[in-house]
Amino acid sequence: MAKGRIEIDSERCKGCNLCAVACPQDVIELAHTQVNTHGYSFAQAKQLERCVGCAACGIVCPDACITVFRETREIK
Amino acid sequence: MTQENIVYKKPTLMNDTPMHYCPGCSHGVVHKLVAEVIEEMNMEERTIGVSPVGCAVFAYRYIDIDWQEAAHGRAPAVATAIKRLWPDRLVFTYQGDGDLACIGTGETLHALNRGENFTIIFVNNAIYGMTGGQMAPTTLLGQKTSTCPHGRDPELHGYPLSITELAAQLDGTCYVTRQSVETVAAIRKAKQAIRKAFEASMQGKGSSLVEIVSTCNAGWKMSPQQANEWMQENMFKKYPKGDLKDTL
Repeated sequence: MAKGRIEIDSERCKGCNLCAVACPQDVIELAHTQVNTHGYSFAQAKQLERCVGCAACGIVCPDACITVFRETREIK
Repeated sequence: MTQENIVYKKPTLMNDTPMHYCPGCSHGVVHKLVAEVIEEMNMEERTIGVSPVGCAVFAYRYIDIDWQEAAHGRAPAVATAIKRLWPDRLVFTYQGDGDLACIGTGETLHALNRGENFTIIFVNNAIYGMTGGQMAPTTLLGQKTSTCPHGRDPELHGYPLSITELAAQLDGTCYVTRQSVETVAAIRKAKQAIRKAFEASMQGKGSSLVEIVSTCNAGWKMSPQQANEWMQENMFKKYPKGDLKDTL
């Protein structure tokens, strides 16, 4: 299975939670005990090892905070 | 050894200015789609957007293309002039329902009827979002807003206006469609629709209208997730998705 990774720009995030709803692997959760400088409880990749790099979170994010990576195998 | 590919990132045309929209607002997704389509068409240096009065009034702050701010509702009239003076530019207007379907109905319908070669992106959230959630012409029957707290009553307030259905009747339009941006599949379809409309504008085939049925979770007093569900249950009955006119 392809493995993925996400990076969330937590300063840009407004904590709308739409990425967590869209994620099929339950990777993302809001940080309930932390806020960014704007006062929003931002999204965090709590279970990054489950990420498959489908980019659903990035596509639905209204503030374009998420960058999605997917592993590729080197062709020998 | 494994390597990583970037499979999704912020469109390069979008700058780092934080957007002023409320958390979960559909405007952000539509901004991203517009930026991605312009990038894919390699029109970064030859695109002129016309921003409205409404929540999207600051659209020029977020997407690094040329913009012109128009008076309330007059974006299609301004876009007409721009496109006639610069026919090689990609011209689009980005308007909300209060701007396009209320104060600018005349400008919108006449520009579409003249077949001006630009695209109108119409973000319909059934409410006046920026000014505090008042009733708009597109507000659904029975929907509660700050100026109709008991729900919209047709005897008192009239019926919701389906401007996209009106546009589909006009001879000047070449592509009229209604999309939404609440799921990944819907976002992909909306992007294809915007691309098709922009290409039709550049080929000089007539006016295009892309309506995006959207949420205004702050104005509707809901969470972003609840607003998406409410939209799917209620908005799509009055505003069904799909192509209303396609002569391309």
